[in-house]
Amino acid sequence: MNRKILAIIILFFIPILPIISTAETANLRGIDTPNDNGGSIILEWEVDTEFPRIKSYRIFRSEVTIGDMKPIGNAEPGVNRYIDNKVTRGKGYYYIIQTIYNDGVVANSPMIGPVVPKAQWFDKSLLPTAGGVLIISGILIFFIYHAKSGKKLTIRRIPGLEAIDEAIGRATEMGKSILYVSGIGGIRSMATIASMNILSRISRMAAEYETPLLVPCSDPVVMNIEREIIRNAHMDAGRPDTYRQENVFFITEEQFAYAAAVDGMIIREKPAAIFYMGAFMAESLILAEVGNVSGTIQVAGTDSITQLPFFIASCDYTLMGEELYAASAYLSKDPLLLGSLKGQDIGKLIVIACIIIGVILQLLGYQWFTNLFR
Amino acid sequence: MKRQIPLIISFVCGIFMLIQFFIPHPGFISVYRGILNWARIIGVFALIIGIGTLVRLHFRRITRRSPGWFYSVVVFAGLIVTASAGIIGGTRGKLFVWIFQNINIPLDATMFSLLAFFMASAAYRAFRARTLDATLLLIAAVIVMFGRVPIGDFLWQAVAPQSWVDKVPFLPEQVAEWVMSGPNMAARRGIMIGAALGAISTSLKIILGIERSHFASSSQ
Repeated sequence: MNRKILAIIILFFIPILPIISTAETANLRGIDTPNDNGGSIILEWEVDTEFPRIKSYRIFRSEVTIGDMKPIGNAEPGVNRYIDNKVTRGKGYYYIIQTIYNDGVVANSPMIGPVVPKAQWFDKSLLPTAGGVLIISGILIFFIYHAKSGKKLTIRRIPGLEAIDEAIGRATEMGKSILYVSGIGGIRSMATIASMNILSRISRMAAEYETPLLVPCSDPVVMNIEREIIRNAHMDAGRPDTYRQENVFFITEEQFAYAAAVDGMIIREKPAAIFYMGAFMAESLILAEVGNVSGTIQVAGTDSITQLPFFIASCDYTLMGEELYAASAYLSKDPLLLGSLKGQDIGKLIVIACIIIGVILQLLGYQWFTNLFR
Repeated sequence: MKRQIPLIISFVCGIFMLIQFFIPHPGFISVYRGILNWARIIGVFALIIGIGTLVRLHFRRITRRSPGWFYSVVVFAGLIVTASAGIIGGTRGKLFVWIFQNINIPLDATMFSLLAFFMASAAYRAFRARTLDATLLLIAAVIVMFGRVPIGDFLWQAVAPQSWVDKVPFLPEQVAEWVMSGPNMAARRGIMIGAALGAISTSLKIILGIERSHFASSSQ
């Protein structure tokens, strides 16, 4: 009973007389959270070896050295860390931790402070990522500009990309349209951007052959950009008069409603060729199977790994992952763009080397190398 | 100028977005959030244009009495009723929620359920053991299917010798898990690494203005 009264008295006096120091919560220290925007402070303390007796910890904070200590949070017994997220950058804070025991006794740590949260200009935890980006980018830029020297680069045959000419030719011969589906990814998706680069090549060929190109879109921003791309392709082909703005249209952002609408178009319009290029999810098989049943030549390309098996099963040709990104360079045969493919290959070699080195070092018990990639 | 300005914007924005990823300073974060807000605002206006194209397309179908024009009437009815319910009663209004729960969700579920039948037909084509690749695919698929359904372990425990079952009671499940986490995961990661390098390469080409296929060469 006396201990409870003592606890109440201590709690009562905490706001005005905060420092009733004991050695129970040892080595409390506060540090500015590294690699952040100055929005938090980390408090760490040594866990009392008798922590089964501890009920909880209470954390108090003040902006001045004496008095005005306010409780800001609790920590469970056995926990030795608390992150104070409600701080203002550049301001100093003082802390104490109060240990509350099962029998009601409370003990305060010595007060620490001022701890000043600061914003960092570089997130050091991302240093390996920054290094990787710089190395890979450097290699790519080197090979892109190295290609300017005129040295002929050999690239492997990609049947899926060679089939594009065949598919457009088939549509032209049959007098039917081409359907281009750029997936359900928004403009922030890299696969959508790669898809646009392919669309510009395909639309140019379609414009040259005067073959109608239908582009149903699931994202209005993507639709507007694709309209511009196709209009430019028609201008390049010298046939601005054949550009039909209404052939590039928005359907819906709803995944399955979009799939239903495109399936309907495949059944009604019976296009001679269908291209699926971009980011896809569960609608991929719903689209590709309907296209397969309608007997259309289908070429797909995506980096959505879970959808690749469906496209492989249902389409005539499938571009897998990096082939989607290589398509623009492959189709244009522009030496500068082809140089980037060479750079990508060197990047892959570096990744393979890192994997082998990582495996060997890990087997030998050295973990620092694999930790760089965590 | 028509060519230079978009290239400069691409370069500046691309470099900024690359750098800001590594800088946690509030100044950079606020600019980044501002850019994201611009993207949202542009998206809203683009949506208005998108709905405009949808309306024009279906209006033309109705006026020309194109095949299936009646479905365009359904599109208009759905658009007007749903938009009115949302605008008047809010997105938590009774009618709007009713439309969502009783029309949207069942229709979505219907389309999604079709996937099961499409998977069966695609699997039938893919697993015909005509080539070595297709045979391997078939074997892997059978192993994984047996491992993923309770009857796989049941059959193993019923058919296999008891001494084997005692040693490995859930063999089909374990083999399926090995296929998924071993060869399958290795192939997936290989594709992912290639795609990531391709994405970096495409980004760089756009930032540096080397990839210009989205511009008309006549304007270059």
